[in-house]
Amino acid sequence: MRAHLRLTVLVAGLVLLALVPPLAAALNQPFYLDLLRRVMIFAIAAVSLNLILGYGGMISFGHAAYLGIGAYAVAILAYHGIYNGFVQFAVAVGASAGIALVIGAVSVRTSGIYFIMITLAFTQMLYFLGISLEEYGGDDGMRLARRSELADLIDLGNPVSFYYLVLGVLIAFLYLSHRLVNSRFGMVLRAAKSNEARTRAIGIAPYRYRLVAFVIAGAMCGVAGALEVNHTNYLTPNVMHWTRSGEIMFMVILGGIGTLGGPALGAFVLLLLEDLLSGWTQHWQIILGPLLVLAVLFAKRGLAGLLPGDRRDG
Amino acid sequence: MNFILVVEQTLNGLQLGVMLFLLAAGLTLVFGIMNLVNLAHGSLYMVGAYLWVAFVELTGSYLLGVLLALCGTLVVGMVVELVALRTLYEREHLDQVLATFGLILFFNELIAIIWGRSALYTSVPPWLYGHVELFAGVRYPMYRLAIILVGLAVALLLWYVVARTRLGMLIRAGASNRTMVSALGINIRLLYTVVFGFGAALAGLAGLMAGPIYAVQPGMGELVLIQVFVVIVIGGIGSIRGALVGALIVGMVDTMGRAFLKPVLGSMISPTAAEAAGPALASMLIYLLMAVVLALRPQGLFGGRGG
Repeated sequence: MRAHLRLTVLVAGLVLLALVPPLAAALNQPFYLDLLRRVMIFAIAAVSLNLILGYGGMISFGHAAYLGIGAYAVAILAYHGIYNGFVQFAVAVGASAGIALVIGAVSVRTSGIYFIMITLAFTQMLYFLGISLEEYGGDDGMRLARRSELADLIDLGNPVSFYYLVLGVLIAFLYLSHRLVNSRFGMVLRAAKSNEARTRAIGIAPYRYRLVAFVIAGAMCGVAGALEVNHTNYLTPNVMHWTRSGEIMFMVILGGIGTLGGPALGAFVLLLLEDLLSGWTQHWQIILGPLLVLAVLFAKRGLAGLLPGDRRDG
Repeated sequence: MNFILVVEQTLNGLQLGVMLFLLAAGLTLVFGIMNLVNLAHGSLYMVGAYLWVAFVELTGSYLLGVLLALCGTLVVGMVVELVALRTLYEREHLDQVLATFGLILFFNELIAIIWGRSALYTSVPPWLYGHVELFAGVRYPMYRLAIILVGLAVALLLWYVVARTRLGMLIRAGASNRTMVSALGINIRLLYTVVFGFGAALAGLAGLMAGPIYAVQPGMGELVLIQVFVVIVIGGIGSIRGALVGALIVGMVDTMGRAFLKPVLGSMISPTAAEAAGPALASMLIYLLMAVVLALRPQGLFGGRGG
């Protein structure tokens, strides 16, 4: 019954999101469409991080890397005249997965503090790589040549259809991660998180499972990156800045680590709060910083923890 | 590439290395003893640099400015420990990372409010100005040489304190068994605060010495912090010896890569390709090095505990 309450809240939230475009049009407030689209893109990134952070116990401080790889894949292809969105998104997913495999192969072998620092360092490496790619804008970044063209299906130039595409991806990824977490694969992943020794004792080596989860999460986040560069219409290495990784991580914690809808909720609260505070003062980070500390100290289970229900099932 | 350039770049690498060591020593001690991941360590580096600028302006004396800035960073470090970090020792690494991430945002913005967002350019004091002739034909900036000497002296002092004094004995004991140390009547909380304060002062020292070489600006701590992470991952987390070796390796590899990778690549592949790949590869070099070290020795060169 309690799990149902959470599901109801999640579905209600998604239905509300689906109602935003007509509402924004009626109220003549296109700004909110833009803001919520950005929020949902980060919600996708947070949902993907939650897969390894929340269910796998892998504290990746480098998730912005895949946001960057997705963005660079789309922008570089567009720069060379390939505007086909299907190709672009396929390359974005493939490249994110491939690089996640390489980074994961090294870092998943470690744990604890080493894992945190290594994922951070690899992302920093990619960030510097982005800066040194003068051809593609280097430090300053470059305009996206043209938005991805998805045949005649969806026109990303149209804010409303782009909005629904992002919402669709978010829903699809929420469903995907629900299925993953409750499959045998997800069971092993969660078992290895709660007790690695016992998992080994029943004859399962967690390394492969963790690595696969790491790759899936990277690929999902690559999609978010491809959407993000279409959203801003601008490619910049800052998308891989390490504070971005910290933000995504905080979204997961704020919303409720290891819950299905929590990370998306966290993305909404954090980005809307940032928007609110930055409209109020340019020094909004001086408020956000301590809020973050307080949230960590006192709201251990995140916002989703305020709802009664099974912690695992969201 | 000639001999003079090689000597010069070796010294530059050494200078970067000792700077990284000053930061890595505090960070690795705090992790080794309190089991705390402190991302805000870079903020203390920044605080040291800004306090130094302010105190030099106030007193008009370089050395007095340095002394006051060191004391100031020590106090800031202790206050941060007392107010925010103390509650985090028993928490998971994840909580520690996020809370100290919040502290970074706070410190960067606080500095931006007080001193503004643009970089402050500072100069070295007149008596450290100019070059010194090391041996025939090899001249090196006096200030950078001073940094190397100070860094090596601090490393020696640190070794002495940790290995030979009562305080050092307590620090080592606290790292291996905190309950036992407090059962023997030592105020472990006070010990933690003191260690954290001294780690902060070391970071502040690195920051104020970096001031005249790099720009003093909000966020200056984070770039160097991530390099310091590479240092302590390579050296082995919790080990001061590892921090020293790791810092020297990283300082050297990074400096040499930036100086010589492009010409070396240029002689092997086409110069135009080297022009493009050289700088990119040079900035990635230390991270690749880290990956290799971890693949061979996941616990770092002088690996302590990592879990």
